Amino acid sequence: MNGAELLLAAPEYLVLVMACVVMIVDLFLSKERGGIIHMLSMLTVIFAAIITLRGGFLMDTTQAATTFNDSFIRDQMGDVLKVFSFVMMGLIYIYAKFYLRSFDLFRSDFHALSLFALLGVMLLISANSMLMIYLGLELIALSVYALVAFDRDSGRGSESAMKYFVLGSMASGMLLYGMSMIYGATGSLLLPDIAEAVRTQGADDILLVFGLVFVVVGIAFKFGVVPFHMWIPDVYEGAPPAVTLFISSVPKLAAFAMAFRFLSSGLGDLHFQWQNMLASLAVLSIVLGNLAAIMQTNIKRMLAYSTISHMGFVLLGLLPDTVFGFGSSMYYVIVYGIMSVAAFGMVILLSGRGVEAEHLSDFKGLNQRNPYYAAIMGLVMFSMAGIPPMVGFFAKLMVLKAVIEAGMLWLAVTAVVFAVIGAFYYLRVVKYMYFDEPESEAAIVAPVDFGAALTLNGIMILGLGMFSSSLITICMTSFG
Amino acid sequence: MIVQELIFYAFSLVMIFAAVSVITVRNPVYAVLFLVLAFFSAAAIWLLLEAEFLAIILIVVYVGAVMVLFLFVVMMLDINLVPFKEGFIRYLPVAVLVALAMAVELLMVLWARGRFGADMFPVPPLSSADYSNTRELGQLLYSNYLLPFEVAGVILLVAIIAAVALTLRTRPGIRTQNPSAQVRTRRDESVRLVKMKSEKPRSV
Repeated sequence: MNGAELLLAAPEYLVLVMACVVMIVDLFLSKERGGIIHMLSMLTVIFAAIITLRGGFLMDTTQAATTFNDSFIRDQMGDVLKVFSFVMMGLIYIYAKFYLRSFDLFRSDFHALSLFALLGVMLLISANSMLMIYLGLELIALSVYALVAFDRDSGRGSESAMKYFVLGSMASGMLLYGMSMIYGATGSLLLPDIAEAVRTQGADDILLVFGLVFVVVGIAFKFGVVPFHMWIPDVYEGAPPAVTLFISSVPKLAAFAMAFRFLSSGLGDLHFQWQNMLASLAVLSIVLGNLAAIMQTNIKRMLAYSTISHMGFVLLGLLPDTVFGFGSSMYYVIVYGIMSVAAFGMVILLSGRGVEAEHLSDFKGLNQRNPYYAAIMGLVMFSMAGIPPMVGFFAKLMVLKAVIEAGMLWLAVTAVVFAVIGAFYYLRVVKYMYFDEPESEAAIVAPVDFGAALTLNGIMILGLGMFSSSLITICMTSFG
Repeated sequence: MIVQELIFYAFSLVMIFAAVSVITVRNPVYAVLFLVLAFFSAAAIWLLLEAEFLAIILIVVYVGAVMVLFLFVVMMLDINLVPFKEGFIRYLPVAVLVALAMAVELLMVLWARGRFGADMFPVPPLSSADYSNTRELGQLLYSNYLLPFEVAGVILLVAIIAAVALTLRTRPGIRTQNPSAQVRTRRDESVRLVKMKSEKPRSV
C-alpha cells in the first residue's frame, strides 16, 4: 500500500480525527462557548466535502480505486453520496444548534457522536467487503442508539432507544448470519470475489439463497421497509427532533449504497431471487406507509410513515437491476434526504422553548404567523407528495419509468395509486397552514443562520426540480 | 485419529448439553456457569483445530473477563424472574411455529446436495511444529484486515463515549474527589508548623 492509495480514504481520516478533536476541545471550553464545537463540526463537513470533491472521482465516470486490500472502494457513486451526506450534515448541524440551544441540551456529545455516525455512513458507502459493510453498519447503529437516548431526562427517548437497540441487534444478527452463509458458499469476504465465485458455481445454490434471505432482512431493516419498519415510528417520535433529522436522512444514503454494493456488485447473479423479495417489500411499504400516515395526528409519526413509503420507492428503483434503475433509485434517496431534512427543520422551527411542536395542529394558520416559512413547508409537502415542478415529482417519475421499462407494470400502477392516496396527508398539512386559524399567536423567531439554511434547503427542493437533469445525469453515470 | 474423534465428540456433547442448559435452568447463576462450560468446550474444540491462539483468547477474554463480570452482575442484581416467564404459554404456539420453520429451513440447507458432508471437505494438512497460529493471525490482522481492525477500534471508542454520555451526570452538592487539585496540593497547604514551648517533664 503506497501513500496515494492511503489518501483515497482522506475524507474518512478527517472526520475520524475531528470527531476526537471535538471531544477533546470540549474539555477546555466553558458551557457558554459551545458555539466553537458547532463551528468545528461545520468546518469538518465543509472540508470533508472539499477533500472529496478534489479527489476527482465525482465527475469521472470510469475511475474506481480500491485500497486497504480491496476492502475500501472509492468511485463516483460513493463520492456523490458522500458529498450529499456532507451537505445534509451541514444543514442538520445548523437546525440542531437551534433545537439544542432552546431545549438546553447543547453538549458536545451530540456533535462527536454524529460525526462518528457520519464516519460510519462514509465507510458503509465505500465498503467493498462484507466485513466493512457490517462494521460500517454497527458504527452508525451504535452512535445512533446513543443519540436517540441523548435527552436523558426524556422517558420516551430512552424507551425508543431501547426498542431500537433490541430490534437493531436482531437485524445485525440476521445480517451476520446471512453473511456467514454467503461466506461459506463462496469462500470470500470481498464483494468482487463473491461475484466471481457465484458466477463460476451458478446461482441456484440453496445455501446462497438462504444467506441472501437474511442479508435482505438486514438491508430492509436499515431502510425501514415493511415488515421491518416497526422501529421507525417509535424512534422518530421518541428521539429529539435534532436526532430524528439525522436518522431520517443521512443513513438512508448509506443504506442505498449498501443495498447496491451487496445485491448488485456482490450477488448480482442472484438477481432473480432478490428481485422478488424486494418487490414484495416495496409494495408492502408503499401500501402500509401511505395508509398508516393518513391516521397520524403527530407530525413526527406521519413523517415516519411517509419515510416508509418513500423507502418503498427507493427499493422499486433497485428492482430492475439496470443502470437506469439504480440511477433513479440513487436520485430518489438523495432527494428524499433533502426533503426530510427540510421537513424536520420545520418541526424544530415551530418548537418553542421547552415545548415540542409535534402535533399536526401546531401547523394550523402558519401562513398568518409567518408566510415565508409556511411557503417553505408548502414546498416540502408538495415535493413529498410528488407534484411538479418540485424535485419529489422527478424522483418518483424516474423510478416509475425504470419499473415500467423493466416490464413490471402492475408494480408501477400500485405505486402510483398509493402515492395519490398519500398525497392526501401531505396536502392536509398545506390546508392546515393556509386555511385554518392559528391556535397560538406566538411569533416565530429563528436565528439568521437557521433561516438561511432553511431557505437554502427550500431552494434545493425547487432548484433541483427545475434543473434536475444535471443531478440525474450524475446519478446515471455512476452506474456505467 | 480415533482418539481425536472421541475427544471431539466428548467436547461437542458437553457443549450441546451446556448450551441447552443455559436456556432451561431456572437459576440465572447456573445459567451463567453453564455458559462458561459451553465456552470452555468450544475452546477445546478449537484447540483440536490447531487454533491455539483463539482458544486461549476465548478462555481469557470470555471466560476470564466477560463471564466473571456477568456473574457479578447476576449476583448483585436481585432479578425477579417471574415477569420474564409471563405469557410463556400464550406465545408458545407462535414460537413453536417459528422455530419449526427455521429448523426445516436449516435442514433443507444442510441436506442440499451434500454441501456440508465430511466428503465435501478434504482433511486439512497438519502444520509443521514451528508453525505459529498467533503470528499468522497477527500478520493478517495488521495487513489484509487493517481497515476493519481499525474500524472495530473506533466502534469500541464510540461504545465508551456512548456509555459515558448516557450515564455521567454532574449533580450539584455531591462531594467528589478532584484529582488534579489533589495532585497539585503543596506541603504548606496541609502541614502547619506551630512553635510552642517544650513541656518540662514533671519532676517525680
